[in-house]
Amino acid sequence: MSLWEYANPKKFMQTSQVLLPYFAVLAAVCLVIGLVWGFFFTTDDYRQGATVKIIYLHVPAAMMAINAWVMMLITSLVWLVRRHHVSALAAKAAAPIGLVMTLIALITGAVWGQPMWGTWWVWDPRLTSFLILFLFYLGYIALWEAVENPDTAADLTSILCLVGSVFALLSRYAVNFWNQGLHQGASLSLDEETNVHNEYYLPLLFCIAGFVLLFVALVLLRTRTEIRSRRIQAIMARERLG
Amino acid sequence: MIALLIRDLRQATRAGGGFGLALAFFLIVTVLVPFGVGPESAVLARIAPGVLWVGALLACLLSLDRIFALDFEDGSLDLLATAPIPMEAVVVIKALAHWLVTGVPLTLAAPALGVLLNLPQGGYGWLVLTLALGTPALSMIGTFGAALTVGLKRGGLLLSLLVLPLYVPTLIFGAEALTRGLAGLSNATPLLMLAGITFGVIAILPFAAAAAIRINLR
Repeated sequence: MSLWEYANPKKFMQTSQVLLPYFAVLAAVCLVIGLVWGFFFTTDDYRQGATVKIIYLHVPAAMMAINAWVMMLITSLVWLVRRHHVSALAAKAAAPIGLVMTLIALITGAVWGQPMWGTWWVWDPRLTSFLILFLFYLGYIALWEAVENPDTAADLTSILCLVGSVFALLSRYAVNFWNQGLHQGASLSLDEETNVHNEYYLPLLFCIAGFVLLFVALVLLRTRTEIRSRRIQAIMARERLG
Repeated sequence: MIALLIRDLRQATRAGGGFGLALAFFLIVTVLVPFGVGPESAVLARIAPGVLWVGALLACLLSLDRIFALDFEDGSLDLLATAPIPMEAVVVIKALAHWLVTGVPLTLAAPALGVLLNLPQGGYGWLVLTLALGTPALSMIGTFGAALTVGLKRGGLLLSLLVLPLYVPTLIFGAEALTRGLAGLSNATPLLMLAGITFGVIAILPFAAAAAIRINLR
């Protein structure tokens, strides 16, 4: 029994079929609890008013935008080293989700920034690096779409993901150097004294858990779709030969 | 390897090789900017470093898809792949040739265009220095992008989309070093970072680019 058994598409399909409903339901439950609690049962911040509640969407989406890229990096490495097709397809499946998460983080940030900072957009390091991350996702997805041979596409996108990760980190530090920002620092760290108040922290934890589960469920679903479409292509190719 | 370099240079400088294209593009961009933002000298002097860097970057981008495309079409890339020199060396030579026909002329032409944009006195040395340090990185990163898209029909637009985010750190440190140098501030940090990016990219990306070419030739 090892993790690599799930690299077998058949085994992966069986297991994910069982797991998918659980992840989906749990994600829905967590999101409903977190969002309803956060939106309706916490007090408004005395300076920010009701706009503070955007953090229940903004923070989890931003976290998942980065974590989705990390997941793609790992699955790309697994594909390059061990040539498991499920791994490459999972990376392909995660990219559009990461793109949407980045977009959610950027848009909710703009909606919050308008009343708070008085502007929809500033060239703040965090905002800028998310915009760059958005471009990386776009390029990655475009490369998947452009290459016809699926194995070639998986190889090329994996290389792009590896190189892109290095440059994404580099850009992060470059924009930090380039401009000092308006964005607040981290306030959810486990090892720090001053964090966001528990009243906001607890529903936020539910939202983060909900976004993680939602991401896992969506990746499973999309990977299953990719595997099925790959099977259909194989069947059609066989019929054309036969 | 030297034969390959000479061959690439000769092809690029021949008629239709696109040797002057990057330079002409750089010239047009810098000439167009004052029409867009107005002719006040103070404004132009303020934005000159950024405009010159962005113009050089875009001019570099313009000729990237030629690096491998022609060799791929007529089959000489397959011959290079079976040649006794490793693919990594071919990639480095290609990047070097690209730098010699775009990066070096751009660097040399930049001061003249700086005059057009009213770049303040004392900035010319920094302009040449930052471009000379930064353009090799632009060529190398672009060669990697070209290697990724070599087998594609109409890969030009995709190439720009892939390469532009990779150019961000180089652009930031290059333009920052130039701006700080102009203002008389200490610009050792961005200069060192720029040089670090250039050398790091030359050390690492040939392997990634060579792997991409091998995949595309498979």
